[in-house]
Amino acid sequence: MSLALDILSVLAISAGAFFFLAGTVGLLRFPDALTRLHALTKADNLGLGLVVLGLLPRADGALGALKLIVVWLLVLVAGATVSQLIARVAQRAGPAP
Amino acid sequence: MTIAVTIAWAFDALLAATVLAVALWTIVTRETFAAVVGFVAFGLLVALVWVRLAAPDVAMVEAAIGGGVTGVLLLGAAARLRGVEAATAAEWPGKTLRLVTGALCAAVAAALAATMLLLPDPAPTLAPEAAANLASTGVGNPITGVLMAFRGLDTLLEKVVLVLALIGVWSLAQDSQWGGLPGPQRQAQPDQSLVFLARLLPPVGIVIGVYLLWTGADEPGGAFQGGALLAAMWLLAMMAGLAAPPPVGSRRLRLVLVAGPAVFVAIGLAGFALADAFLAYPQAYAKPLIIVIEIALMLSIAATLALLVAGPPERMPPR
Repeated sequence: MSLALDILSVLAISAGAFFFLAGTVGLLRFPDALTRLHALTKADNLGLGLVVLGLLPRADGALGALKLIVVWLLVLVAGATVSQLIARVAQRAGPAP
Repeated sequence: MTIAVTIAWAFDALLAATVLAVALWTIVTRETFAAVVGFVAFGLLVALVWVRLAAPDVAMVEAAIGGGVTGVLLLGAAARLRGVEAATAAEWPGKTLRLVTGALCAAVAAALAATMLLLPDPAPTLAPEAAANLASTGVGNPITGVLMAFRGLDTLLEKVVLVLALIGVWSLAQDSQWGGLPGPQRQAQPDQSLVFLARLLPPVGIVIGVYLLWTGADEPGGAFQGGALLAAMWLLAMMAGLAAPPPVGSRRLRLVLVAGPAVFVAIGLAGFALADAFLAYPQAYAKPLIIVIEIALMLSIAATLALLVAGPPERMPPR
């Protein structure tokens, strides 16, 4: 059982790290603000979500696990809102040269 | 070295290198806005450093103050400077002045580094004494014990300085605006997603802020961390136009601002009668007294930080 949980942790955290890497590459390589935001939200939502999923079996108790999930949800809300705000400003400013 | 130690060492080295790189980038970048963003990233990375140094209390304050409040303050300053920045760039200081400044900064950094490196090992510390006497304060978190009991005077003066800083910001107001509403007029229609966030987040944030205060007695946390979170929630509501900022002349607002230091001083003075010194607590009531002070401090800190960010009064309340 604990081996299975360890494997889940390793797989989920690795996948999460991959999404962070992909998001960072996208941030650096994509041509304009909107596509860069698209790349970043993948790191926030999926990357952090998978890392939290991988850490859940290692949390101390149900309360610790709940705190991890709350952290993920708060980042989701904040990330989504900030993306909207940045996108609005980018749209108003027009396409970047 | 075991693998775990090697990984921890590699992470610390990478973290240190990143902190230095971000610091350098913040200094050399020309654009003010970019430098502020670099400073915020620097604050968050330094918070990580404090976590690695096993100082979560400091990490939380660094993230909230170094990354959060100072970042917003500097963003506001950058926005205000945008109009006059080109003109001031023409008055760029001469090469000699820049060289002298750089040399002095380098000397200070070298002196600090030398002091740190020349410390005896183990460094002189009062930590064992603080830990040994922690039981007399009734709190379980040694940081809170030191802040509120052993070095209570420092904490008291620090809170007074915060209020003085706010008075400094307010004194930038024009005479005709004195007592008015802080900050420039907001646009009539704030972005709907911001309004959504400002409705969704404060209930959660207020609960977490109060939790941070309460748990600060025994775990990392405390009045400052909780107060910073409350301030952020209030600012969010003000930015979204859901809460009107209070006029700085309001008596109720000023009572909240001085409540923390005032309660602290009152209980400190009572220490002459009940215990045997200023800021000494009678042993049986140490913990309840500390919590009463912290609750008052949290409210004052929240109000002070939020109003520091909101800025000097710039318009009179609509009649």
